[in-house]
Amino acid sequence: MEMPTPKPEIIAKKAELITRLQEVMPKDAVISDPSETRVYECDALTAYKCAPLLAVLPASTKEVSDALRICHEMGVPVVPRGSGTSLAGGALPTADSVILGVARLSDVLETDYENRFIKVQTGRTNLSVTGAVEENGFFYAPDPSSQLACAIAGNIAMNSGGAHCLKYGVTTNNLMGVTMVLMDGTVTEIGGAFLDAEGLDLLGLICGSEGQLGVVTEATLRILHKPEGARPVLIGFDSNEVAGACVSDIIKAGVLPVAIEFMDRPCIEATEAFAKAGYPMCEALLIVEVEGSDTEIDEQLALIEEIARRHNPVELRQSRSAEESAKIWLGRKSAFGAMGQINDYMCLDGTIPVSELPHVLKRIGEMSKDFGLDVANVFHAGDGNMHPLILFDANKPGDLELCEDFGAEILKLCVEVGGCLTGEHGVGIEKRDLMTYQYAPADLEAQMAVKDVFDVKWLLNPAKVFPLLSSDSHRDVAA
Amino acid sequence: MLTPKTEDDLARIVAEIDAPLRIQGGGTRPIGMPTNGTILSTSALSGIELYEPGSLTLVAKAGTPVAEIEAALAVEGQRLAFEPMDHRGLLGTTGTPTIGGVAAANVSGPRRIQSGAARDFMLGVRFVDGRGQIIKNGGRVMKNVTGYDLVKLMAGSYGTLGVLTEVSLKVLPKPRFAATLRIEGLADEAAVGALGRALGSPFEVSGAAHLQEGDTGAPTTLLRLEGFENSVAYRGSELQSMLGDLGKLSIDAGPAETEATWAAIRDVAPYHDAKGDVWRISVKPTDAPGLVAGLSGARAFYDWGGGLVWLLAPEGSGVSATTIRAAVAKVGGHATLIRGNPSVGAFQPLSPAVSTLQDALRQKFDPRQILNPGLMTQGRAA
Repeated sequence: MEMPTPKPEIIAKKAELITRLQEVMPKDAVISDPSETRVYECDALTAYKCAPLLAVLPASTKEVSDALRICHEMGVPVVPRGSGTSLAGGALPTADSVILGVARLSDVLETDYENRFIKVQTGRTNLSVTGAVEENGFFYAPDPSSQLACAIAGNIAMNSGGAHCLKYGVTTNNLMGVTMVLMDGTVTEIGGAFLDAEGLDLLGLICGSEGQLGVVTEATLRILHKPEGARPVLIGFDSNEVAGACVSDIIKAGVLPVAIEFMDRPCIEATEAFAKAGYPMCEALLIVEVEGSDTEIDEQLALIEEIARRHNPVELRQSRSAEESAKIWLGRKSAFGAMGQINDYMCLDGTIPVSELPHVLKRIGEMSKDFGLDVANVFHAGDGNMHPLILFDANKPGDLELCEDFGAEILKLCVEVGGCLTGEHGVGIEKRDLMTYQYAPADLEAQMAVKDVFDVKWLLNPAKVFPLLSSDSHRDVAA
Repeated sequence: MLTPKTEDDLARIVAEIDAPLRIQGGGTRPIGMPTNGTILSTSALSGIELYEPGSLTLVAKAGTPVAEIEAALAVEGQRLAFEPMDHRGLLGTTGTPTIGGVAAANVSGPRRIQSGAARDFMLGVRFVDGRGQIIKNGGRVMKNVTGYDLVKLMAGSYGTLGVLTEVSLKVLPKPRFAATLRIEGLADEAAVGALGRALGSPFEVSGAAHLQEGDTGAPTTLLRLEGFENSVAYRGSELQSMLGDLGKLSIDAGPAETEATWAAIRDVAPYHDAKGDVWRISVKPTDAPGLVAGLSGARAFYDWGGGLVWLLAPEGSGVSATTIRAAVAKVGGHATLIRGNPSVGAFQPLSPAVSTLQDALRQKFDPRQILNPGLMTQGRAA
């Protein structure tokens, strides 16, 4: 992965930078010892590593603003970091950059059940937002699988989704307001505890901008009352096509499940060997979950069962209790761990139109043979967000590169059938160079024009999202 | 009036013209400061290009009538869940509302409180920027974080950043049944409290409004429930017992009556025949009754659980842009003048920092300032 060459003149200013940063925040909030900055050398895309010049851990919006202003004045790139769980290299540093971690910004600032929102500092983890309101029966809906660790700051940067977004939407649909610090230190307030922010929809623009437009320090988030209950049904089919058709029919019938998860045979076999959830051995398996009171759930599951029966399922198992539900979810939730047992794997994240599922799965199967690498598919079928897991051996020379090439081919296929490169993980560095497959030069120029406005010097989260070749002229003007 | 028949023609017109353009879909929403320029209409860019009911996706050219889309969806038992308002009754306009207009003005109705706004259902756009370049963003899939989200930026930008030529939408199944619960006699504050309790319950309320004067003349608080018939009945009875301390709740006859009730709220029917300026105010729900009480002389009704105030300020009432801006500034939120003289600045005044960002974005997307220039002029800050 090509990254811009670190600038020696910036690295040479390290001592001055430390002094200036220590003037505006506690000494222990500025981390410069190489043994300590190494912690920040990568995120969850561990194939790429580079220790930053420094790391700072501000504890207030004021400290974030001061740190950014100083870096802006000195022309130092800044890589904002939530919890470092990005699978796309969204928080990968460069050797001449400062990591700005929001971990010390973790307070709940306000909870309001009458108006159904919570205001938090963005270093707070996703799950602990729900943790702060669940005693009163509420929850924060977006639930990325890293929710135990990932920070709201990162969720906003990547517009994170989760398994339940078919019903509840992703981060952008649940974000009401932010306090955001621009690269030059300017503090902005956008939106708040009311719906639809004023003026142009900057809130929507910031969400998913991968930390390149500003650092969000506080967020107002919509909270919802938990449903009375939820139960899944597990349905097995003897072909991917039939499973795909069943998903379409369920959606068309007017039921809106909270989740529709899909696993193919390689994935079923791997998880069965690992978690022993008692899944049927078949070609494709759906887990469809609905919510409501017991009777409401029964009625919806009965309708789903009726639809599924028309597709001659090889297995159909309705959960009747919490234990049965847990058993049905067990395999799905262990899928990634199970694959990790077998080998190293790369997790992709393209989205396709639901109608293209059978075709895309068939093509992935064919490509798997061509590349000689196994693939297991597990994904959110209701919204077409696929997560093919490509197995490879990191210790075998050339295998990672082969795997990356295979992954790129799958993502190009997603674009070809009308989908996109990434549904919820973000572009980061991982998919940066594929952007030209999805967007024409003018499309990318329009996005980079936004970057020009928010971050005139192009210092925030360098080398992400846009191919270096495409962004060259913007970065040159900025420098 | 210029009515290009293709996206390429539209792009050429924008690239070649050297005077301001007044961008128009069906011309039913004259909100904000109108531009003295040639009208550029998207009405000839019309037609549904793709509709996959099983994928919950529809793609249409910007000039496609909303009615045509709703009819196509109805055949498959689906709908636009964000329930876009039809402004014709309120504004006395006669054109045909288009999907491009809905997107450009981010027009949402009562279900915004549950399902989201128009912008939340927009999956992708194609547009022509102020230089005449054709740009696409997003796509036609439900989850997409590939690059910056210019789809949201275009939603609600009123044609000031680009001329929309195509919109992709997420659509949803239309529930099989719907009903409305009513409580009569509540004062504003108690009503907003009741709506908040209902919205904070697990019973999936899809509409929450309060009228100071309902059909019977008495204050009427309304809660909409949608879904399978048994489920609606169950949730209705749960809400009745939850809110029983407020008096007797009644339930209407079902889907047809409910549809009429909420269409009237969506389209601001109470003000169709009333004279005066009409303001759309978004605030924190519990701030709304106090805000309304402080603007005595105006009429108001509440949607979105109280968070959306439709305010009618008759001439001579003493309620003006100045008093409204001051009241909103006190609690936080935003107010837009929907009907009335836009010279007061129809849009919410912004902080200097945000204003600078927005001006710079317009400069980038429309460097010659020819797309609806000045339309989103801000009011004077309180």
